[in-house]
Amino acid sequence: MSMKVAPWLPEVRGGGFEGALDGDADPSAVSGYENRPPRMGFFTDTSVCIGCKACEVACKEWNHVPEDGLNLTGMSYDNTVGLGADTWRHVAFIEQRKPLAGQDPGVSHEGIDVLALAAQGSGTPPAEAAVTPTTPGPDGQLRWLMASDVCKHCTHAACLDVCPTGSLFRTEFGTVVVQEDICNGCGYCVPACPYGVIDQRKDDGRVWKCTLCYDRLGDGMEPACAKACPTDSIQFGPLDELRERAARRVDALHEAGVADARLYGADPHDGVGGDGAFFLLLDEPEVYGLPPDPVVTTRDIVSMWRHVAAAAATLTAVGAASFAATLLGRKRR
Amino acid sequence: MSESDVTREGLRGQRPGREATTGVNVPRRWRGKHRAERPMVPRAEFTSYYGKPILNPPTWQSPDIPGYLFLGGLAGGSSLLAAGADLTGRPALGRVAKTGALAAAGLSMAALVHDLGRPARFVNMLRVFKVTSPMSVGSWLLAGYVPAAGVAAASALTGRLPRIGATATAGAALLGPAVASYTAALISDTAVPAWHDGYPEMPFVFTGSAAMAAGGLGLLSGLAGQARPDETAPARNLALLGVAMETAAFERMEHRIGLTAEPYSAGRGGAYVRAGKALALLGGAGALLSRRSRIAAALSGTALIAASAATRWGIYHAGLASARDPKYTVIPQRQRLEERAASASS
Repeated sequence: MSMKVAPWLPEVRGGGFEGALDGDADPSAVSGYENRPPRMGFFTDTSVCIGCKACEVACKEWNHVPEDGLNLTGMSYDNTVGLGADTWRHVAFIEQRKPLAGQDPGVSHEGIDVLALAAQGSGTPPAEAAVTPTTPGPDGQLRWLMASDVCKHCTHAACLDVCPTGSLFRTEFGTVVVQEDICNGCGYCVPACPYGVIDQRKDDGRVWKCTLCYDRLGDGMEPACAKACPTDSIQFGPLDELRERAARRVDALHEAGVADARLYGADPHDGVGGDGAFFLLLDEPEVYGLPPDPVVTTRDIVSMWRHVAAAAATLTAVGAASFAATLLGRKRR
Repeated sequence: MSESDVTREGLRGQRPGREATTGVNVPRRWRGKHRAERPMVPRAEFTSYYGKPILNPPTWQSPDIPGYLFLGGLAGGSSLLAAGADLTGRPALGRVAKTGALAAAGLSMAALVHDLGRPARFVNMLRVFKVTSPMSVGSWLLAGYVPAAGVAAASALTGRLPRIGATATAGAALLGPAVASYTAALISDTAVPAWHDGYPEMPFVFTGSAAMAAGGLGLLSGLAGQARPDETAPARNLALLGVAMETAAFERMEHRIGLTAEPYSAGRGGAYVRAGKALALLGGAGALLSRRSRIAAALSGTALIAASAATRWGIYHAGLASARDPKYTVIPQRQRLEERAASASS
């Protein structure tokens, strides 16, 4: 997962280039911060998310993110669809029929002698009643997954790597933030992000995304979404502490029989060197609209430049050959 | 409210469908536990979040960005042709190539600036230099190349300052191939599957396409009255070599990358790519057979320039399509994970 680059590259000032592409590296240390605070991040435990969208609202309010359409999508309770310039927290809703097929509301009267029940009059004691409003249906046939998605603040952030203006930068907290007074709206970061997080605001021209509430962090406060989350599904803290807590949580869920529970983005040796904002999911990542194996595109940058150099040299050779061929032709004549 | 009555004969007047359950027996697609054998072809089935794309598709607009890719190639290739023309004493070819290089480079820059969300902040591109950002490298490259191409063209057209003109021509020829090829790294250095997966061949597709377009432009110089009949011969050679290079590299890319090459042959991207291939064949054949006729040579040249443009538009649209369909993001990544798991367990 590591990439060899010339040793002078991290010294390019303001470039935010991350020289050592090693998952264990502290990105803010690589970016040259001294006396830095610990790397901060999010652990979003989707197993306790109740889909209240308080995080979406808190984020919009604190960060003055503009309204971007009030539409009904028909995608369960999800009406924000995905992350973008004006959606920095996005709650996904997935309705699943699992593990078997079919949703059973649990009010089937089949096999129940309704008339016999009616003969008892209206005073059937609840214990004798075959069906009550609170009778649970068969276990596990409908599952409603909810997950609050956010910018991953990657260890190796493609958006930051490809930004030609240095507008995107690495903060002392190890997060990735856009400097809006510098961004010229070239849009390169948009297709570079393997998660589809950052996007361009159409009427503004610049790109926007989650800042992990950089302004609040500076004052020792937690980000607005984590503050607003009523179930602590969104947990904020030093990344190494969050990773430990997440590992314990997965073990606890596995013990409780939730075999589907898995961490996403917590591995510092994955394709992006681990996420600053990682998740506990109850199904495959793509079910939530997350890429199963994201890779920072700049991992291949050295090879890309090598191929470009070879192609440029070939073009020069082809140009020379085009003229040389006419000389040969002339001599033959 | 249900108006059904309970009688001795059973229910009467019940609402139709009251016993319906939703989506009974929906087959489980993705994790077929009972699959007897492992399929050898990529699975067409995959899971997504309501079919929504995982990536945010590029915000780059047409004609700005495909035009910028095409014109950068035309300019870079033409500068090479111009230097050769100067060295071998072909003034008419040199003038056309230099003028073409300047016009194409200027338009290419204009398209790039026009596509910015904040065009007035274009100079921010020169705030830093980052090798991880081909757009940053390209901005610096263009900052050197465009003035050189400008001086070369101005000197050739006015006949003044020949020595400075010659130096500028040489400089532009040196930077030209880089200008023609860096845009391949620019689009490949993204998460867009069709672009990123093709990164080893893409620079060769782009330089081949650049040679084709520049050769095509050179063939047009035959129309200039004072041109000698043999002046366009190198342009013809360059165009033919370009056609061969672009076609070979494109074929190789499509065969190698598999599933993510699909958008290059389907939809809008596919239509442009097919048009590009047809025009390249037509223009190539025309260039080969039109040694006597200036008109036919010029027509072939036009076809070759159009072919190069069509290829760039095809690559642009194919990239957009591959970003918009979650299939191209999920299936290759899923396969990668499965292969890694298989190699770890064996």
